Amino acid sequence: MDGADDRVTRLPSRQPGWLVLVLAAGPVAGLAVFYFWPFLTLIAEAVTGETVADALTRRTTWNVAWFTMWQATISTALTILVGLAPAYVFARYRFPGRQLLVGLLTALFVLPTVVMGAAFLALLPSSLDRTVWAVIGAHVAFNLAVVVRLVGALWEHLPTDMESAAATLGASPRRVFTEISLPLIRPAITAAAAIVFLFTFTSFGVIRVLGAPGTRTIEVEIWRRATQLGRVGEAAVLALLQLVVLAVIVLWSTLSQRRHSRALGLEPLTLRRAPRGRGERRLVLAVAAATAVVAAVPLVALAARSFSTPTGWSTAGWTNLGRTDIRPGIRIGIDPIEALGNSLRTALWATLIAVVIGGVASLAIAAAGRSGRFLDVGLMLPLATSAVTIGFGMLITFDTSPTDWRASWWLLPVGHALVAVPFVVRSAVGVLRSVDPAMIGAAATLGASPVRAWREIVVPYLWQPLAVGAALAAAISLGEFGATSLLSRSGSETLPIAIEQLLGRTGSILQAQGYALATLLAVATMLLVALVDKAQLFRQGQRQP
Amino acid sequence: MNLPCQMNGERPVGRVAIGLFCVAAMFGAACSSDDGSDQGEESVAVGAPVVPTGTEAAEGPNRSVTLVTYDSFPDSDTSLNDALVEFTQTTGIDVNLLIAGDTGTMLAKASLTAGNPEGDVLWGVDNTFLSRALDEDVFDSYVTTGIESIPEELKALVPNGEATPVDYGDVCVNYDIAWFADNDLDPPSSLDDLIDPRYRDLLVVQNPATSSPGLAFLLATVDEFGSDGWQDYWSALKDNGVEIVESWTQAYYEQFSWAGGGSAPLVVSYGSSPPAEVIFADPPRDDSPTGVIESTCFRQIEFAGVLRGTEAPSEARELIDFLVSDRFQSELALNLFVYPANSSTALPQEFIDFAVVPESPHTIAAAEIESNRSNWIDEWTELMIG
Repeated sequence: MDGADDRVTRLPSRQPGWLVLVLAAGPVAGLAVFYFWPFLTLIAEAVTGETVADALTRRTTWNVAWFTMWQATISTALTILVGLAPAYVFARYRFPGRQLLVGLLTALFVLPTVVMGAAFLALLPSSLDRTVWAVIGAHVAFNLAVVVRLVGALWEHLPTDMESAAATLGASPRRVFTEISLPLIRPAITAAAAIVFLFTFTSFGVIRVLGAPGTRTIEVEIWRRATQLGRVGEAAVLALLQLVVLAVIVLWSTLSQRRHSRALGLEPLTLRRAPRGRGERRLVLAVAAATAVVAAVPLVALAARSFSTPTGWSTAGWTNLGRTDIRPGIRIGIDPIEALGNSLRTALWATLIAVVIGGVASLAIAAAGRSGRFLDVGLMLPLATSAVTIGFGMLITFDTSPTDWRASWWLLPVGHALVAVPFVVRSAVGVLRSVDPAMIGAAATLGASPVRAWREIVVPYLWQPLAVGAALAAAISLGEFGATSLLSRSGSETLPIAIEQLLGRTGSILQAQGYALATLLAVATMLLVALVDKAQLFRQGQRQP
Repeated sequence: MNLPCQMNGERPVGRVAIGLFCVAAMFGAACSSDDGSDQGEESVAVGAPVVPTGTEAAEGPNRSVTLVTYDSFPDSDTSLNDALVEFTQTTGIDVNLLIAGDTGTMLAKASLTAGNPEGDVLWGVDNTFLSRALDEDVFDSYVTTGIESIPEELKALVPNGEATPVDYGDVCVNYDIAWFADNDLDPPSSLDDLIDPRYRDLLVVQNPATSSPGLAFLLATVDEFGSDGWQDYWSALKDNGVEIVESWTQAYYEQFSWAGGGSAPLVVSYGSSPPAEVIFADPPRDDSPTGVIESTCFRQIEFAGVLRGTEAPSEARELIDFLVSDRFQSELALNLFVYPANSSTALPQEFIDFAVVPESPHTIAAAEIESNRSNWIDEWTELMIG
């Protein structure tokens, strides 16, 4: 509307205030009701001078904080480092098995940590068992998908002409990467790093399964103090501490993502092509093979364990899966097939909510210019907040009419969506911000109103990142364990809960069943990811802005 | 929604493929089903009609009661649930189950919502957590009509009906019978044996800070060696190569030589693990592969109670009476692998044959546990994993 000179800083161009308000209203309201209200209620009830003093004067608090920080830093750095090669290869080249590998990585990302941990234990030499390196290794394998998908989503749209030009001018491939590609993909790297850091900083399941006793993250300590020691107040103080650290990180990532995002003239169509020449073929082969090993080995170990019992190999875990009696007359009250149905239903709703809220929020953030940052950071907060504290907060907040929602079926999908929305936003905002403002300028010149220009030029870019976000959201919901264990009700157990229960019982057949179910969860995830990827290709074929 | 997912193929590959098909079928079903209709209820009525909890249910013509319990309580399909259906048929009171997480989590939730509870009756707080529940006023006192059939030693902690004992069990060191036979070694018979160099590097235990059997085993040692002596015992255990892991699943299914293929033939588990090994063995077997070292056992007693602030106090009391009745108690052993608190209830044969009920298990007063739990855990942590 006004001066064109701030175009560059307010990418992709500022929109009328009312549009931003309309777009932001839903996400802001959702966040306020389902995140801030319960969390603040818990803080108000549980945090007192005494609990703060208790928590902060304990030496363990600081040991735990230090351990949390350094393991998260190393895990994040390694994940980015290891993830760039597959991100590049998967984004740029078309080769048989590509889809499958991406699906495998994403499946790893959502596997229940308990199960993944056990698979890892089975693989590791015993000298590496339960060292911090086992934990970091698992973190890297787990989070590789975040880097591959987020960085890849940007990378595959980068125009290759600059790279080609630099290469033509004699730059070595390494120089092309460090001077052309790296700066361009930096916003996506920062976004991925922020998410991986959040995940490893708040790591719970991996540490509980793989970590030696005594290696605890803040999240594990919050759970321990709140549930096992009954000191909810101290747990809330730790949750605040964790939140402050993470808020700083997220703020930094958001700011730096803005600083480094620039109009790229993104290509609407994927430029994936078959590798050409020996060098490229070797590169693709090497990266694909390495990825296959990293992704498939734990899954194979998992499947193998579903056939293994102390007395030898057996298919009993699978043959009993659809039955509720383990043995004639003996049933244990866990119906794996029903759990699968519950998981899929919950994931469907969570994904729907996350995609709608996340999509609208992304448009609002991109359209709002500078002030969009507040919404952006706000939506990341639930990811940074201990699931245990949010669960307890909801419990004591939504307990009186008309907001007596403790028993509502939709609270669980909403809880999952809270954690999934940031993924949708992260994958969409980067792309939206990179839309070339010159195109909007051109539309305006041709007489389009700002809203129309926005609708016709910016909005179409949303579909692909939304599809990526949807896959991640569904995956997160399928595998979510921490918040679910606090929010789920009986009769609606999700798969990870059923797996945890099966693995927690004595009896080889129950163990085998647990692993069989975990294998099914992995397969279900891969199918889901493949499905979304297909839908995304289909849509791309139809929509060419 | 049960799909016919029986897999009877010859080769594993075939089975996996059928499994894949089932997943795909389920996904289709989930996508096409009308989710709004069958997700409206949030907890499952064990009785025939599915009745939502919440205000409508409480005000409706049907009487109903919500039983809050821990996550190893089966939510449907077992003979334990059948017993609850019978309760509904006789009394007209629907029972809704609300699974609230592990025992610690369930109790933390109950404490936070004391006075405005999520349900009407809570099942499963044990003696290591009981004092916290009583201090936080989670329960209304009620003396059940079935109190006479519960032995005195189970009632000692709740003399005025502060809660009702419903079952008990023991946490004990288990051993791999075959391993000791193969190695020509007698299994240890006491806590003191465990620090004998003959049993070096053989024992795996759980971290008491994160695992309830781990805590029970620590309490057994506190009871045996006193609040000033257990530290020396644990130092000796450490010198003798005890391995510490975070959870029961890890200890039993990863490190234990029988079940996990690990290197430790001694593991902290339950007195009822041997019958479970028989009942859930594959292929079936009629002797137990594991044994229990009686003198290492710590007694866990579980309690149920009427939640303070319930809107259905009379239904809640009727349910408590039913929970200690022989009809319900007789289902506990094979479903929860615990012993019935009702002394007139008969035990299943597997329990008589393979489970061990120590004559004088270790125990510590609930109030003493409550006031020392964190200190003991902190001290233990410093000592063992510092």
